[in-house]
Amino acid sequence: MSDSNQQRLGGFMTSVSTTQMKSFYEDMVTARVYEERLQEEYMEGKTPGFDISAGQIPGELHLAAGQEAAAVGVCHHLRDEDTVTAPHRPHHIAIAKGVDLKRMTAEIFGRETGLSSGKGGHMHLFDPDVNFACSGIIAEGVPPAVGAGLTAQKRNEDSVGVAFLGEGAISQGAFLESLNFASVHDMPVVFIIEDNDWAISMPKERVADSQDGSRRADGFDMPGIRVDQDDVLAVSEAAREAVGRARDGNGPTVIEVQVHRRMGHFMGDPETYRSEADQEAHRRRDSIERLAADLRSHGVDDETLAEIRERAESRVEEAIEWAKDQPKPDPEDAYDDMWVNPPSGVTDTEPNFDLAGGDD
Amino acid sequence: MAQQQRQTVERTRTMSDAMVEAIATEMRENEEVFYMGEDVADYGGIFDSTEGLLEEFGRDRIMDVPISETSYIGAAVGAAQEGMRPIAELMFVDFFGVAMDQIYNQMAKNTYMSGGAVNVPMVLTAAVGGTYNDAAQHSQTLYGTFAHVPGMKVVVPSTAYDAKGLMHNAIRDDDPVAYMFHKRLMGIGWLPAPDGPKTAVPETEYTIPFGSADVKREGDDVTVVTLGLHVHRALDAAERLAEEGIDVEVIDLRSLVPLDEETIRESVDKTGRLVAVDEDYQSFGVTGEVITRVVEDDPGSVEAVERVAIPDIPIPYARPMENEVVPDSEDIQEAIRATEP
Ligand SMILES: Cc1ncc(C[n+]2csc(CCOP(=O)(O)OP(=O)(O)O)c2C)c(N)n1
Ligand SMILES: [Mg+2]
Repeated sequence: MSDSNQQRLGGFMTSVSTTQMKSFYEDMVTARVYEERLQEEYMEGKTPGFDISAGQIPGELHLAAGQEAAAVGVCHHLRDEDTVTAPHRPHHIAIAKGVDLKRMTAEIFGRETGLSSGKGGHMHLFDPDVNFACSGIIAEGVPPAVGAGLTAQKRNEDSVGVAFLGEGAISQGAFLESLNFASVHDMPVVFIIEDNDWAISMPKERVADSQDGSRRADGFDMPGIRVDQDDVLAVSEAAREAVGRARDGNGPTVIEVQVHRRMGHFMGDPETYRSEADQEAHRRRDSIERLAADLRSHGVDDETLAEIRERAESRVEEAIEWAKDQPKPDPEDAYDDMWVNPPSGVTDTEPNFDLAGGDD
Repeated sequence: MAQQQRQTVERTRTMSDAMVEAIATEMRENEEVFYMGEDVADYGGIFDSTEGLLEEFGRDRIMDVPISETSYIGAAVGAAQEGMRPIAELMFVDFFGVAMDQIYNQMAKNTYMSGGAVNVPMVLTAAVGGTYNDAAQHSQTLYGTFAHVPGMKVVVPSTAYDAKGLMHNAIRDDDPVAYMFHKRLMGIGWLPAPDGPKTAVPETEYTIPFGSADVKREGDDVTVVTLGLHVHRALDAAERLAEEGIDVEVIDLRSLVPLDEETIRESVDKTGRLVAVDEDYQSFGVTGEVITRVVEDDPGSVEAVERVAIPDIPIPYARPMENEVVPDSEDIQEAIRATEP
């Protein structure tokens, strides 16, 4: 089994070791299994007929099966103190960033011990321990990632801010304005566009002038790279450079990654706007299979891959079981967490001054 | 509502069908009417607001747009100022923040700020409301936020019949109209509606005036003033209280701007008790406004006042907490009982 530094994989040079590749594989499989299991759990109680407001998992659910390579390829270059913001489709990114899987799952199930005590839900995961946050409003997670970069810069630290967004979000002001702000100040920020070809029912060519979202970087005088293959090793290569550039104070980068949408936009999406052929094409291009093949060609046997998969499965299962065991919040808990300071602010006493001149 | 029609209408429609029917009719009659929004073409609107329109009108007039609310809502303002009749959809009203300037400072103010030299005959459609655990960024109604800034009419249908007539009126209005439809009322398969919003709907076109509240249930004891989904929750509360001998009148505002004060006052003159109900945040909003209009006119006209709204917190995700904060029939019943002498 080779564990060399420079290997030729998929036609480009990479410095990823087999050990690292296995760790990519484990995270990717975990993220995939997680989404598949959540899909099952979500549907329970919502069918027949699909009622979004029934069942054990509340609300909408956007699953990221097929997008694992982008999350894992990027987040493996990050430390806990680096900040990541994710959009409405956040689970794979959260897993890759090391968000507490149990508490994240409890949040998705709307439980009291969830990351946000059941207040946020699946599109609004916050884990300050690993500097992870989300927003369900398209591109609105991007400016706060720039804020994390700004903070690192002001404090002269070498951490970075990373914003994930979908290809549908690249025309949103919050993204474009953030590119400029980050670029003007050479902030340590990386923008990751996950291109899954679709923004709900809208194909990219209908809503974006350029089919290469990384070209958005051009007008803001920063590097833009498109990773044209759904390959974690290629993503990792691009991200290593971009994250390194940011850490070393050389400014922001845009990376767009081709990923695939193996499921509907949200659970319950009839996908009538999408051809069978397209759905099939997305399912056939599987970054996990691709990585497994690479691992095999590096002498990793099927047994080892199966072991990794089992480990991922049991980790996911454990998180789901734990989450389902957690208490539901009390109705009155709704009123907690509004303020850090009591309603009157940091003080409850009036200052004691005599102001001159009040009488004339 | 239907009793105003001379001939009996049998044909029933969901609220989304009724909305779409009005839009289609206006588009047939006026080439300058067009619809822009995310997922309004092939998808037919996430909440069925444009279902079937692409087939008839094509992509030039049923336009999927980039996810850039500022640009397409602003473009609707511009096209309206050119004299076209655009309809722009905010998929969820919660996303208005992204395009706040175009809505608040351009759409709503250009008529006045131009001294009437220009006008903005556009409709801004937006899905509103919670009850399905979509959390704080996807569950608001923002009724008060929209009604607060002068310069746009604000319309909130609660039934298919009203939805159609109000939509015709909205498209024909020479001023900007925010048309806020509640997701729970549309009749979407995956978001089952309560009984009530699906009504008889005349096939022919008709307009319902703005500023004309509708008494959805007559009663002598207590006046409930509400709108949107909560019309149905108030009607449910009224039915239950009827068993206790409390006779509740339910007024559906149908539009916030203009606000039909007269219908509210007439009712309160009769009942002497007022319960204002809505699905927006309590403070600085619809319920406070409704009560103030009555009280400032004649402080003596009302013996008891209650309000039921979302407490001043973002809408939580988990079901027990969302149910706690979104008013239901029981909350309304309790408020009504509290006005009893
Ligand atoms: C400002 C705003 N507009 C619209 C939406 C509704 N919406 C949610 S996801 C989505 C499509 C996003 O597409 P993309 O960015 O490509 O991400 P993907 O869903 O493909 O992961 C839209 C329009 C939103 N959440 N926020
Ligand atoms: Mg996409």
